[in-house]
Amino acid sequence: MTKKILLLLLIFIPINANALIEVDITRGNLNPLPLAVSPLSIDEESRKGFEKILKKENIGSEISNIVENNLRTSGLFNPLDKKAFLQAPDIANLKPRFEDWNLIKAQALITGKVNYVDDKLRVEFRLWDVLAAKEMMALAFTTVPNNWRRVGHIISDKVYERLTGEKGYFDTRIIYVSEEGPKTQRIKKLAIMDQDGANNKFLTLGNELVLTPRFNPASQMVTYLSYFKNMPRVYLLDIETGTQEVVGDFPGMTFAPRFSPDGKKIIMSFAKDGKSDIYTMDLENRIVEKITNHPSIDTSPSYSPDGKYITFNSDRSGYQQIYVMKNDGSDVKRISFGNGLYGTPVWSPRGDLIAFTKLHKGKFYIGVMRTDGSGERLLTENYYQEAPSWSPNGRVLIFYRETKTDSKGEGFSAKLWSIDLTGYNERQIKTPTDASDPSWSSLLSN
Amino acid sequence: MRLNKIFKNTLLILAACLVLSACATKKEVATDIQGQMQGDVYTGTDTVEYLADGVPDRVFFATNESILTTASRETLRAQAAWLRKNPNINVVLEGHADERGTREYNLALGERRANAAKDYLMTYGISSDRITVLSYGKERPVDSGSNPLAWSKNRRSVTVKAN
Repeated sequence: MTKKILLLLLIFIPINANALIEVDITRGNLNPLPLAVSPLSIDEESRKGFEKILKKENIGSEISNIVENNLRTSGLFNPLDKKAFLQAPDIANLKPRFEDWNLIKAQALITGKVNYVDDKLRVEFRLWDVLAAKEMMALAFTTVPNNWRRVGHIISDKVYERLTGEKGYFDTRIIYVSEEGPKTQRIKKLAIMDQDGANNKFLTLGNELVLTPRFNPASQMVTYLSYFKNMPRVYLLDIETGTQEVVGDFPGMTFAPRFSPDGKKIIMSFAKDGKSDIYTMDLENRIVEKITNHPSIDTSPSYSPDGKYITFNSDRSGYQQIYVMKNDGSDVKRISFGNGLYGTPVWSPRGDLIAFTKLHKGKFYIGVMRTDGSGERLLTENYYQEAPSWSPNGRVLIFYRETKTDSKGEGFSAKLWSIDLTGYNERQIKTPTDASDPSWSSLLSN
Repeated sequence: MRLNKIFKNTLLILAACLVLSACATKKEVATDIQGQMQGDVYTGTDTVEYLADGVPDRVFFATNESILTTASRETLRAQAAWLRKNPNINVVLEGHADERGTREYNLALGERRANAAKDYLMTYGISSDRITVLSYGKERPVDSGSNPLAWSKNRRSVTVKAN
């Protein structure tokens, strides 16, 4: 194993010295932790109440299905088949018979209860260590019934955090570009969905070309590129109100936008006379600053999480390579020196790594390197893939992949994929249409 | 400024002529099986449309390059002559890239290519007021193929009538 891996063993303090649930998320997990997600129990009256409002026969089962699906797709957990469960959900939530759960090899158990109280959804859940025969966590939420999916995501995040020692990433959304139509005349729309693909919603109609939406880490604002009136410009969109505005007053194409980590500035490229430089605009006082000044193409800027540095790609050396500079544009250093071209650098929310796209000998790779360029590690290789975006905990990357067309130029597709930082657990994220340019939100709840 | 630019362009042209003549004497110009590419620059006419008789609407580029080839300069001189004869016509130069590059870099590359064409038209007396540059990056390929010939057709700057 040549991959340099920081070993971090966790994760909870065992009451009984014989029991220790370990979920190591820093390495490829070939033995995901077996756990049982018992359906949340629900009394008949509450069941009927929710059935009426939400058109779901058993909301308790639906919520636990969300938890089960999240934990499975993380690659770190192996939720066991419910058919093997011996104990009824309501009894299990009161007092699990640990021998029964031990028998089916569950190391952790999630139980819970759903109530319909004053038109609200009340959910309580418990996480149990089966071997130690102890409760590890108990929490309750009350919310509007329509929030039931989010409740499932929040439970998943709590369980993930308790068992791995790191924040989860399930109560999050993905903004992306939906694609339809022939390759030569693609219709593109902004779309948003929950991290698991549910609640997909289109935000634009497809009348103009839109590209590269990115979330503000601090709120529900999005910056993106639109060809409205055939003028490619960076826009700002408020997802909740739907209001849009052009960012800055530039006499030409602005593109490649991203927010600063505090959400107060937008950093982007402005192209003029064959040169592209990096600029920032303060969203409060509208002051525009020029950050790079070079006859080359400088684009795809991304801030470090503390806002002190910027990584970007430039062809000032002759070919596209990755650079890091201070946030005022000083102290520019090239960091990519491997074979091939390097682009789309994105700083990890943890601050220690930069994810990138690499093109070498006709193949595209998604990879990571340390912020000084050392420790390059390629996670996945394909015909075409690019534009990684980090999960808020810095453990998963989402990106898009395009297929090669056949001899007739047909069979093109673009899909979203995710992969763990470890290089394992590569998965396609299902979208109603073809999709590209994904951007992961921060955690909606904390 | 402008004189300086003209001078720079003339130098570029001279330099490019020298390079080309050097290649020609060595007879090393690579031609693909279909005879539609030189190096990796498209030389065919499949996708080309005409602004007027003998005035092709587009020029093609090598991978990751924005340098105008001899054929491109000939096309642009014909466009400049046509624009001089039709002083009321304005144009949009639409720059494009192939699909083998990251989206944002390709947007910048398309802009650089269209500007190479714009600079050349200006050298031949066309006012910058009549020219708008618009980059589509890799968003609007003419050929949906995933092969070197298709990519060569897509690396282009197309001159489109704006009025």
